[in-house]
Amino acid sequence: MRLIPLALAALFLALPAKAADLTGTLQKIKETGTITMGVRESSVPFSYLDDQQKPVGYAIDICYQVVDAVKKALSMPDLKVLTVPVLSSNRIPLMANGTIDLECGSTTNNVERQKQVAFTNTHYLTASKFVAKAAAHLTTIDALKGKTVVSTAGSTNIVQLNKANADRNLGITVVAAKDHAEAFLMVETDRAAAFVMDDVILASFIASAKDPAAYAIGDEAFSLAEPYGIMLRRDDAPFKALVDKATADFYTSTAGKANYAKWFQAPIPPKGLNLNTPMSKGLMGAYAHPSDNADPASYDK
Amino acid sequence: MPTRPTTRTRPATTSNGVGYHWNWGIFWEMSPEGTGTYLDMIVQGLRMTLITAALAWVIAFIVGSAIGVLRTLPGRMAPLAASAWIELFRNMPLLVQLFLWYFVFPEILPAAWGIWLKQLPAAAFLTAVIGIGFFMSARVAVQVASGIEALPQGQRAAATALGLTPAQTYRYVLLPMAYRIVLPPLTSELLNTVKNTSVALTIGLAELTARARAVQEFSFQVFEAFTAATLAYLVINLLATMAARWLEARVRVPGYGRA
Amino acid sequence: MSQFDFEIIHRSLSYLFFEGMRFTLTLTLLSALGGVILGTLLAMARMAGGPVLAACAAGYVNLVRPLPLVLVIFWFYFLVPYLGQWLTGASRPIHVGGFASALITFIVFEAAYFSEIMRAGIGSIPRGQAAAATALGLTYRQSMRYVILPQVFRIMLPVLLTQTIVLFQDTSLVYVLSITDFLGAASKIAQRDGRLVEMYSFAALVYFIMSFTASQGVRTLRARVAVPR
Repeated sequence: MRLIPLALAALFLALPAKAADLTGTLQKIKETGTITMGVRESSVPFSYLDDQQKPVGYAIDICYQVVDAVKKALSMPDLKVLTVPVLSSNRIPLMANGTIDLECGSTTNNVERQKQVAFTNTHYLTASKFVAKAAAHLTTIDALKGKTVVSTAGSTNIVQLNKANADRNLGITVVAAKDHAEAFLMVETDRAAAFVMDDVILASFIASAKDPAAYAIGDEAFSLAEPYGIMLRRDDAPFKALVDKATADFYTSTAGKANYAKWFQAPIPPKGLNLNTPMSKGLMGAYAHPSDNADPASYDK
Repeated sequence: MPTRPTTRTRPATTSNGVGYHWNWGIFWEMSPEGTGTYLDMIVQGLRMTLITAALAWVIAFIVGSAIGVLRTLPGRMAPLAASAWIELFRNMPLLVQLFLWYFVFPEILPAAWGIWLKQLPAAAFLTAVIGIGFFMSARVAVQVASGIEALPQGQRAAATALGLTPAQTYRYVLLPMAYRIVLPPLTSELLNTVKNTSVALTIGLAELTARARAVQEFSFQVFEAFTAATLAYLVINLLATMAARWLEARVRVPGYGRA
Repeated sequence: MSQFDFEIIHRSLSYLFFEGMRFTLTLTLLSALGGVILGTLLAMARMAGGPVLAACAAGYVNLVRPLPLVLVIFWFYFLVPYLGQWLTGASRPIHVGGFASALITFIVFEAAYFSEIMRAGIGSIPRGQAAAATALGLTYRQSMRYVILPQVFRIMLPVLLTQTIVLFQDTSLVYVLSITDFLGAASKIAQRDGRLVEMYSFAALVYFIMSFTASQGVRTLRARVAVPR
């Protein structure tokens, strides 16, 4: 399966990079001399703003590998990189309307979204869980019955929360927050009893909270561990082939593994937080054999 | 994958991969919330907008009328207090006022009250009703006061001469006429109240704009979702304008006011 | 609740004002300028354009005014790249930054309100003046440019400025797009450091002082610019 995009990429890379011969995103990049990355403001450690309000993170570093590959393919060493802050709620329309070319964050790759956008190889796997104040002793989803629960607008998590709420008849008041930071803040200020999000994001919020011991992640998950991918525009095979090859090369290299360790097993800016999260078995598989499969079960071997 | 010539006609922009895929049928599809279709989401939002706006308007009308009356009372203290109220609520953006009510107010209360308030299931709704109600009360007050001031001085004097107390003068003479004079601007303030409920999406109120945005987030059909909300606001506006015109004609005092 | 922390406000002043308030004021001034220009054109189209043009202008104003600004902000955030493509004839939606998108939104939205102000202003000039201008051989454009509009701007200046103060407050709604205007800057620090009470109270105070001072200024002006009749 992987051979086809690789072959396409090889074929493509052999062609002279004249704008007229290019299509889609690559043509756009060649003509405008810029590539635009959509970045997040509070998806630690994937994509967030550091002290100087500069976007940094695990997914940002991956995107810069892609940018290098684009520079080489189009022979544009001076390619300009623009960053545009996006939210969970607007990242897909902004990709579709051409505002951003690569979305470098923590976007779940699923079949529903593939109707609108495309994803390159998986860079993380995470399950949807909830965080609550430790003192509240909430461990199961049923324990949220009748409470106010927040999630981020436009995330897969809020869909799963709504679904669990309807399926199990829990009578939860679901509140949509603008971004992760606002959602966590609602738990911190007791506005909401719990915040439903990917467990890795929750863990990073707890770790950087003023009093990490005050929070606990529930035991029960809303979903299997689902894949994150860098988001691309749909129906743009040449660009996707290039990005797929660049990310696959990176993930299977030692530099790729070092990048994981840099963001998950070492102190990260701005406060020198160390998430201490070794690579999961599923992700090790996804690094050894890069895949853009949206099915969570395909990683669960 | 070999590319096949396709028979489907697509917008020219699709060659760049950035065409927009229209799908008006989306409203009849089930939403992932599992409680109904996307159209139901819009209808729920519309209902929330109308309820919030109606209750906020009740507060705005009662408080605004009281402040408007205070502003026209003789003496110095009452008008000064009324002006202070008006300036306070008029000179801060509504969004900031909602944040004050939602994030700041519970923190300055005694801790137990604050927690109780924050954990009310309808916290966002109550905050929106009170925040928008007070915000609009300043605008209603200005209109009511200007209506009273537009009346000939003789009316107040005549009421006093007839032996009416100041309260009676306002209740039976000045206010009924003042409301008639400012009915058109009050109608537009009512419509502003409806529009302003959309600001409460920032504190998590599931009103019309928020639900349209949720439809967009779940279905990715941006323009269909916003078109539905736009139509709903236009219909509200049309109905309210027609109702106001009917009311204006009904309560008109013959030989008074606009011909 | 912990003590009110003045230190956090003091430390973030430069970010709040040089990043946030600069954005807010730039957006306010450019939107007001653009809104008045577009609004004046709309008002003239409605009052003196042909039947089609007048109907278009009226339709535009009547479409925009019933809509909440928040909805219009969302509309344009997604629509502007496509509009840009259409206007420039480009082969793809053009890239539009947050500031440009917000600016276009506010100009388009506020123009509907400014046009009503200008329409009232033009209507308040005695018809005899336009007739006199025509009699003197001035074209419509000349009579507008040299006779009517200068008076309208003078009469309507206080109203236009009051609307600009409303616009200044309304710019805070770009918060919904996570843009760093003054309120956005305050809320970013509030969320990062968990200091909501301090940052939102301070933001409210700053907005109040600026709007209140400006509206008192408009009040003084109102007395001065009245055209003697």
